[in-house]
Amino acid sequence: MIVHSIFFYFFSIIAIFSSLMVITSRSTINSVFFLILDFISVGCLFIMVGAEFLGMILLIVYVGAVAVLFLFVVMMLNVAEQKQSWFIGKKSTHIPTGLIVSVLILLELLVVVGGWKYKEDVMSSSTLIMSDISNTHQLGLVMYTDYILYFQLAGIVLLLAMIGAILLTFRERVGVKKQSYINQISRSPSTAIELKEVRSNQGVKIDD
Amino acid sequence: MIEYIQILGQEVYKILFLLIPILVSVAMVVWLDRRVWGLVQKRRGPNVVGPFGLFQTIADALKYIFKEIIIPASANKVVFILAPIVTMTLALVAWAVIPISEDLVLSDINVGILYLFAVSSLGVYGIIMGGWASNSKYPFLGAIRSAAQMVSYEVSIGIIIINVLLCVGSLNLKDIVLAQKELWYVVPLFPMFVIFFISALAETNRPPFDLPEAEAELVAGYQTEYSGMMYAMFWLGEYANILLMCAMGTILFLGGWLPIIDIYPLNIIPAPFWMIAKILFLFLLFALIKAIVPRYRYDQLMRLGWKIFLPFSLVYLILTASFLFYFDKLPKVGI
Repeated sequence: MIVHSIFFYFFSIIAIFSSLMVITSRSTINSVFFLILDFISVGCLFIMVGAEFLGMILLIVYVGAVAVLFLFVVMMLNVAEQKQSWFIGKKSTHIPTGLIVSVLILLELLVVVGGWKYKEDVMSSSTLIMSDISNTHQLGLVMYTDYILYFQLAGIVLLLAMIGAILLTFRERVGVKKQSYINQISRSPSTAIELKEVRSNQGVKIDD
Repeated sequence: MIEYIQILGQEVYKILFLLIPILVSVAMVVWLDRRVWGLVQKRRGPNVVGPFGLFQTIADALKYIFKEIIIPASANKVVFILAPIVTMTLALVAWAVIPISEDLVLSDINVGILYLFAVSSLGVYGIIMGGWASNSKYPFLGAIRSAAQMVSYEVSIGIIIINVLLCVGSLNLKDIVLAQKELWYVVPLFPMFVIFFISALAETNRPPFDLPEAEAELVAGYQTEYSGMMYAMFWLGEYANILLMCAMGTILFLGGWLPIIDIYPLNIIPAPFWMIAKILFLFLLFALIKAIVPRYRYDQLMRLGWKIFLPFSLVYLILTASFLFYFDKLPKVGI
């Protein structure tokens, strides 16, 4: 048990430290790197709790895909080091907004945790770990039976978001020559070669 | 407390027992790669250092170790140094879950295939970090290319893995291999095997998909500014990744450590031998393809990933699922 708690404190200290660094570090690139570190250590915490599937999915989806896009955007925008004035003591307009948002999140967390405590038929996490089928099977058994509607709806929402993003950024370019693979493959000597009679002093047009 | 230290010692011993063979085999495999490449082009390849040139890679590595490491003045030094370390570490860390035989595995976890997938999807960070931190144009272009390429091909690899998992009913790598006792999945899922192989080429930035380091366009891509040991680490990580992809293909499709047919002279050959032979077979295909296929153009690469592989593997997934459902062959879970 002692090793378990050593590991727990190790990962949670890294998680808290890196999430602090995400908001305080001066260069945006470093912020993204600390965000990735944060994701990874939270994933490790998930695995320690016994939710190995969630931990791995967190790594695959957030670290493997979402954070790559973050990094991509930050690198492409080439945002220089931000001057954070609130370190030095000048007034910043962000602090009130940030405070309001964080107080709201804290309240929400309190409500959720409070409600969870008074709900009646809550399975405790220990029963989940004790049972002999694996974490992934349990998730599948619940997700595709009781919660199939929500699962599908979440998928459709994501699909809509994707279509919307594509639609917003799509622009049709005119005058660009496109390669048509079907045409290229279906060419045969009889259609590719054309014999033309060239009259002297007149020439032929071959470009149409 | 002494108990824990003992356990820790045992684990370190086991890890070394896994890592050192992998590093040695990476060196040997680089030699094999160059040798095959040479043979295809009617050259001899490296044949001077040691018997058949076997120690060529070790000589190269020694050369790299003694070279000076040059860090560009305008580079972001921390990230610049971190990038090869990340590449190398991730390539080696993934080997922890690969079962060489039924009981020769470092850690037998329930979500082994997800772990492999996660680690291989993290591999892109080494390249992006290296490309960005060099603070130079060609490396940056290479990094952007490789990020887009690896993210695209991961999608189709993910769907191919789902195909296999549907037939197995477990995420454990051992279960995946044992489920192939009667029939290797390369037979019923042959199109998926082909797509997996091609996606693995793209995922490891091997020719014909080596656009991140296309020397004709980008000098050397993301590794242009690297020198000495740091370059060697990129290089070792790359080959360890290729071996890892071969191992993944072996486990998913070629029946891992299982012999070809379970009959007398074949099943007394020890299991690790079969595993290594299959990995080497796949690697040989990798090496041959490097030698015989010209490089893809970038838009063709993207088209292949998104417009051909993704829809095709999705359709095949639906086919597999319907087949299993119709013939009532879906794996049962003990409830």
